[in-house]
Amino acid sequence: MTYLSKTIILCAGLALTACTNADRFGGAGADGAGGAGSGAYAEGSAQDPRSPLYFQQTVGDRVLFVVDQSTLSPEAQTTLDGQAQWLMANPEFNATIEGHADEQGTREYNVALGARRSNSVQEYLVSRGVAANRLKVVSFGKERPIEICSEEACYAKNRRAVTVVSVVPVS
Amino acid sequence: MMKQFLTLLMALAIWAGPLSAQSTGPLRIEIDEGVIEPLPYAVPDFVSENGAGAEFGRNLARVIAADLSGTGLFRELPQEAFISQITSFASPVQFADWKAINAQALITGSVSVDAQGKLVVRFRVYDVFAGQELGQGQQLVGTQEGWRRMAHKIADQVYSRITGEGGYFDSRVVFVSETGPKDQRAKRLAIMDYDGANLKYLTDSSAIVLAPRFSPTGDRILYTSYETGEPRIYVLDIASVGRRVLESQAGTMSFAPRFGPDGQTVVYSQSQGGNTDLFAMNIGTGASNRLTSAPSIETAPSFSPDGSQIVFESDRSGTPQLYIMPASGGEPRRISFGQGRYGTPVWSPRGDLVAFTKQSKGRFHIGVMRTDGSEERLLTASFLDEGPTWAPNGRVIMFTRETQGAAGKASLYSVDISGRNLKPVMTDSGASDPAWSPLQN
Repeated sequence: MTYLSKTIILCAGLALTACTNADRFGGAGADGAGGAGSGAYAEGSAQDPRSPLYFQQTVGDRVLFVVDQSTLSPEAQTTLDGQAQWLMANPEFNATIEGHADEQGTREYNVALGARRSNSVQEYLVSRGVAANRLKVVSFGKERPIEICSEEACYAKNRRAVTVVSVVPVS
Repeated sequence: MMKQFLTLLMALAIWAGPLSAQSTGPLRIEIDEGVIEPLPYAVPDFVSENGAGAEFGRNLARVIAADLSGTGLFRELPQEAFISQITSFASPVQFADWKAINAQALITGSVSVDAQGKLVVRFRVYDVFAGQELGQGQQLVGTQEGWRRMAHKIADQVYSRITGEGGYFDSRVVFVSETGPKDQRAKRLAIMDYDGANLKYLTDSSAIVLAPRFSPTGDRILYTSYETGEPRIYVLDIASVGRRVLESQAGTMSFAPRFGPDGQTVVYSQSQGGNTDLFAMNIGTGASNRLTSAPSIETAPSFSPDGSQIVFESDRSGTPQLYIMPASGGEPRRISFGQGRYGTPVWSPRGDLVAFTKQSKGRFHIGVMRTDGSEERLLTASFLDEGPTWAPNGRVIMFTRETQGAAGKASLYSVDISGRNLKPVMTDSGASDPAWSPLQN
């Protein structure tokens, strides 16, 4: 979770709306609105423990991978334990796990690698009790980096699987 | 004494008479022997006759020259150097005047408009030092809007008569047009002539699209799109721009499609449960069958020209490498053994070589090797080169080059399989994932 702390500070001074307008692929997804739960909060805000924003910012919506790998680090497993708890406590939400790769590697291979990464997150969440039919996986390969430099500092953040929660449609 | 023109009429756009027997005269470039000095040639403006504006004559000559000189095998002599002018297509050529400026080949032509409003273009190719015609004069008839294709067909004839190889100028390229910054890049399918002219968009940019591939007849395109939110394979008819998804099995993603030479079989990757394998589908019936079942990643399949084998990329050894297996599946044999990671293999239309992307020591390369993995040659090197596609004659490769850093941008490049003549292909926007069409009819 250390990668979150810096952006929480960066974003703390910004208006809440700016933070909730997170980029679709998490460009601002690591934004935090300051998680100090001081009692009263607006429903759906980042302070609301049942809100997607809380999931994204406080639980942590993403895990990172080393080059070419899809194995989950102990730190990633801790994040996913939190995701599993949140999903089980909030059954009105389903999740799509988006797998991503850095720009080193061919386009096709990276789509397949992103599929491996999203799948390893899915399997872990299922092993922690989340119903498999609530989880969907998709790979974006190297198509949607959140960091755009061509250095390891950026690549490390792009090799990720992001869990995106959404309300289950009423059927 | 004037040779007879071969004349036929064509139904649609352009007709070109069939080639007579290849000349075996002295004017010849042997591409395999390594050309050091490009062959000097002259292509005076075609003579405009009977209602064809002078601009047609000039434009035809300019496109032919751009094609020929663009190969790096030919060098055009400037019009200012000409001693003779070609003012009549029928008049005898003054060979001494062309010898004097060292024009080894001379291309002359005329252009007129017939009673139906069709453009009629005639041309001849001369071996100046032999003092004779190379091959036979030909006549092309087509629509006025199709003049660029007529020029490309003539350039293909000249290239073919002098090199003995098939041409590649009357061809198109489908690619992914890219705009916007790296983290919000908008992508859409586009098609253009091989030289960048006649650009058309085939999709909008509302969904990510990847890696379009031509059908063997050049009328359809396979590609991957995220329009439903996950990668799926679509087939698009170029003329109507109509498209349909090929399969949409829940819990799977499919990508990296490529046509077989029959135009009916599509080979592609499907991911399920985190594992990516190769499948083949009959595009007519929709029936598909599994070709590989390994826990590793199998992707980027490409058929041999006879359809009997498939070359693909797999990381079953621990790193991505190239393998060949029978088209029906079966035991693959590894063909890449050098240092580094190999991907996106593409079988040459001549069947002799496989082009590939290689990553080694932090650099990307486009390379070629024989189909048994021998004689590996790297043709390019940069921060990121990937995704080779073959010219119809198997002599030139086009690929994506992306520059480094936050302002990184993708564009198209081409290179000879000799490694010479590396150059950008001009596009209005960023561009990636080129696929070269077969020669047009």
